[in-house]
Amino acid sequence: MSLEPDSEVPTTAQRPDSPALAEAAHSWNSAYVHIPFCARRCPYCDFAVVAADEAGGMDTQRYVDALVAEIGMELDPSEVHAINFGGGTPTRLRSGDLARLIGAIEAHFGIAADAEISIEANPEDWTSAFAQDLRSIGFNRVSFGIQSFDPVVLAALGRVHSPDDAFDAFAAARSAEFPNINIDLIFGTPEETDESWQRTVERAVELEPDHLSAYALTVEGGTALSRAVLAGAPEPDPDDQADRYEGLDAAARSAGLVRYEVSNWARPERACRYNLSTWMMGEFSAFGTGAHDYRGGVRARNIRRLDAYLDQVEEGTRPRSGDERLGEFESERERFMVGLRLAAGVLSGSIGGPFLASGEGGRLVDAGVVGIRDGRIVVLRPFLTDLVARSVLSVSPGDC
Amino acid sequence: MTAPSHIRNFSIIAHIDHGKSTLADRLLERTGAISERDMRAQVLDDMDIERERGITIKANAVRIDYEALSGETYQFNLIDTPGHVDFSYEVSRSLEACEGAVLVVDASQGVEAQTLANAYMAIEEGLEIIPVVNKIDLPAADPDRAAEELAGVLGGTADEVIRVSAKTGMGIDELLEAIVDRLPPPGGDEDAPLRALVFDSFYDTYRGVVSHVRVVDGSMSTRDPIRFMATGLDVDVDELGIRRPSTEAVPHLGTGEVGYLITGVKEIDLIRVGDTVTHTSKGTSETLPGYQEPKPMVFSGLFPTDGDDFERLREALDKLRLNDSSLVFQAETSRALGFGFRVGFLGLLHMEIVRERLEREYDLELVATAPSVAYRASLTSGEQIPVRSPQDLPDVSNLVSIEEPYVKVMIIAPSEFIGSVMELVQQRRGEMGEMTYLSPERAELHYRMPLAEIVFDFFDLLKTRTRGYASLDYEPDDYRASDLVRVNILLNGLPVDAFSTIVHRDKAYVYGKAMVGRLRELIPRQLFDVPIQAAIGTRIISRETIKARRKDVTAKCYGGDITRKRKLLERQKEGKRRMKMVGQVEVPQEAFVAALKLET
Repeated sequence: MSLEPDSEVPTTAQRPDSPALAEAAHSWNSAYVHIPFCARRCPYCDFAVVAADEAGGMDTQRYVDALVAEIGMELDPSEVHAINFGGGTPTRLRSGDLARLIGAIEAHFGIAADAEISIEANPEDWTSAFAQDLRSIGFNRVSFGIQSFDPVVLAALGRVHSPDDAFDAFAAARSAEFPNINIDLIFGTPEETDESWQRTVERAVELEPDHLSAYALTVEGGTALSRAVLAGAPEPDPDDQADRYEGLDAAARSAGLVRYEVSNWARPERACRYNLSTWMMGEFSAFGTGAHDYRGGVRARNIRRLDAYLDQVEEGTRPRSGDERLGEFESERERFMVGLRLAAGVLSGSIGGPFLASGEGGRLVDAGVVGIRDGRIVVLRPFLTDLVARSVLSVSPGDC
Repeated sequence: MTAPSHIRNFSIIAHIDHGKSTLADRLLERTGAISERDMRAQVLDDMDIERERGITIKANAVRIDYEALSGETYQFNLIDTPGHVDFSYEVSRSLEACEGAVLVVDASQGVEAQTLANAYMAIEEGLEIIPVVNKIDLPAADPDRAAEELAGVLGGTADEVIRVSAKTGMGIDELLEAIVDRLPPPGGDEDAPLRALVFDSFYDTYRGVVSHVRVVDGSMSTRDPIRFMATGLDVDVDELGIRRPSTEAVPHLGTGEVGYLITGVKEIDLIRVGDTVTHTSKGTSETLPGYQEPKPMVFSGLFPTDGDDFERLREALDKLRLNDSSLVFQAETSRALGFGFRVGFLGLLHMEIVRERLEREYDLELVATAPSVAYRASLTSGEQIPVRSPQDLPDVSNLVSIEEPYVKVMIIAPSEFIGSVMELVQQRRGEMGEMTYLSPERAELHYRMPLAEIVFDFFDLLKTRTRGYASLDYEPDDYRASDLVRVNILLNGLPVDAFSTIVHRDKAYVYGKAMVGRLRELIPRQLFDVPIQAAIGTRIISRETIKARRKDVTAKCYGGDITRKRKLLERQKEGKRRMKMVGQVEVPQEAFVAALKLET
């Protein structure tokens, strides 16, 4: 099956999978703020997270102070078009703290009038009052980690919220008039059945979300899930995941949601600006533990440990743990590799020609995995994107 | 030169691990041929691979001066022989150079098939045998039982068996005296024209071909013009010498004596094991009996993993051949594996050793195809052609019959396992010959079997079924017509030569099903469904499908992950390097190796 973008949706610059939108995203600046705190650690999560029951505690005030200080350390700040609060669980912070952080960005960077200001939220933390507070301090997008509407799957994923919590949170966001609400789903958990997934998809679509992200459950090294799998627990089945991915895509499409990245669907004008810009090699600043940014051709990363991060910032230095400067060829290759994830495809650039001319590139075209549209190279079977990316990596500078 | 009456030429016959090399070491030490300080284990085995495997591949001859209890000094020539059936021709030539043999049996293990086969060969050559039970110092030793078995096999009595411990030196003096007393001096005519037997030859980078010779009649001196009678090579003697075990040049070698001969010739092909040396003028016209051309029994395709190593592989084979005239090879092209060589070997051990030396000494990474024996095809045209690889087999319509080589097999096993051994041999198309009991506990079984049935894994299975107690030996028998077919393995509709094989029709289905199943496990999923089929001609006998790959993607990729993601993809890409394209299908190099280890 190939997941061709739906031609019935009007083609405007605001269509989520339009090449023009993607190219525009390249010039956006954005900011990412990492909030590492969580009530507990989910078994599949490998992000920089501090759970309430883990050593180090939850001194959120000290952390917010540090973030404000770190935001002020950025050199050559320029106006941002998108801000994303991710985690962890950003909704562990009080709305006042979040307002302070937005204020710090506004003061140091400036925020464009039509900027997207987004936050990740767990349904169980979300109340009507909190929703209204966030709207009033400038948030216009919320992304709910709903994952599933099946209690069995939620339990397997170690999530504490119920399906009803999810409905309630979504309704509260709607009545607070959030213009862009995203639902995050995870599929392919071994405890999930085809029927369970089908019900989850139906319920998600019935809520009429503006945006949908759905991820195949991945066993990341070092997580509780990977330890369980090593001890003999069942692994996600790739064929089941492919079936569910295809089922979801069909349902999302009928509901007017357009797939614009491997795992992301949106209604027109509701593509996530922050994500689009990072996929298009737009520049972004990032603050908080373990955060990565990309500015001036350099990818830098922050210290991951909370205590070390705090000490460093409080001493008045940027809490870096390392960086990587991409050469011309590397950065072109990265542009290509990430761009392949977009339904809009990627401009051929200097790598596209040699890739298509290579044996592997030719085989991928023949097999209908890769296509060429409007001078852009498009992965027609998005669930095979990494296979294509590896073939691109085989292209050497001498071939270009 | 020593008078023949005071020369004793003998070899030591023993099963692997029964202590042959240690016993040789002890004899050298006791007679002062080597000081304790210079002593290292397995003095006579020069090659690393010999030391590691505890085996002897090349023959060797060492001269020892022994002062007997009678006060007289004797010249001993200890001829160390290869112990393995693959080298039985070399063994027979080495034995031909001796008048006696010391037959060594481990006191805890008893007689083994290979020992017995070499002992019978020695008896056939007319050698006098001194039976020895070794390792009597071991706690598990049962010297009496081993002595009884030995005496039974040789038709003597147990008190003729000498009991020694090569490790501690116990019984060594008695053995040295027995060599003087019980072994005959060499015969031969001192006044007759020169006849000397080449019983080994090897290549030395500085000296060219070095041969070990036994002078049967007459004598030979440095600078003598000589002739190698089988190859017709005329050349002058450059150097004669002996090993003590360090080399020592001598001016002459007389009747009955053993030593080395250097002529400056570089081509080992010209100086072959079993050939007769005589003088160019006034020489003999009568060669010594028993010369044979080396005859490969097993063939396998050797392909470099990296196609660029083809020339290096050729050079390495050329170099190995300098030292091993039994190694034959010719270039071969495989659709799946690229350029390589079809190589003929004396047997499985020979094949393993050559492969290991190529990989170790020449740093080559190789893929070896399934070993095949030398079949013969009779064609409708009346012609008979050799079939050394499944690809050589002509179309069925041109075939009258296919013949395969049979071997005579001897197995010695504890009585309790006889049923299990018989069952295995029957599965392998063996025909039972005689069975005799060496003792109430152990039996000797004789079979005729197709060589093809033992080249794969027969010995391993035999060991498994007898908890390691069985031993095996075989020798070539005749060729017989069999109902043989070629099973082709098709990948996505294309035959893959590396996996095809010639088998008996009754086993074609089992082979095809097993190979197809293995490949399904070993070949990763592709972009499309890939059928794997086993076929005889156009008839498909087994089929499996590798389902198309549907998922190969990282679910999440956001700003923070991009570096990590790229590194992950780069690591995964490295794995792709070791893929070979077979048609449109990517096959990992390991799949070729693993699939060919298949048990049939």
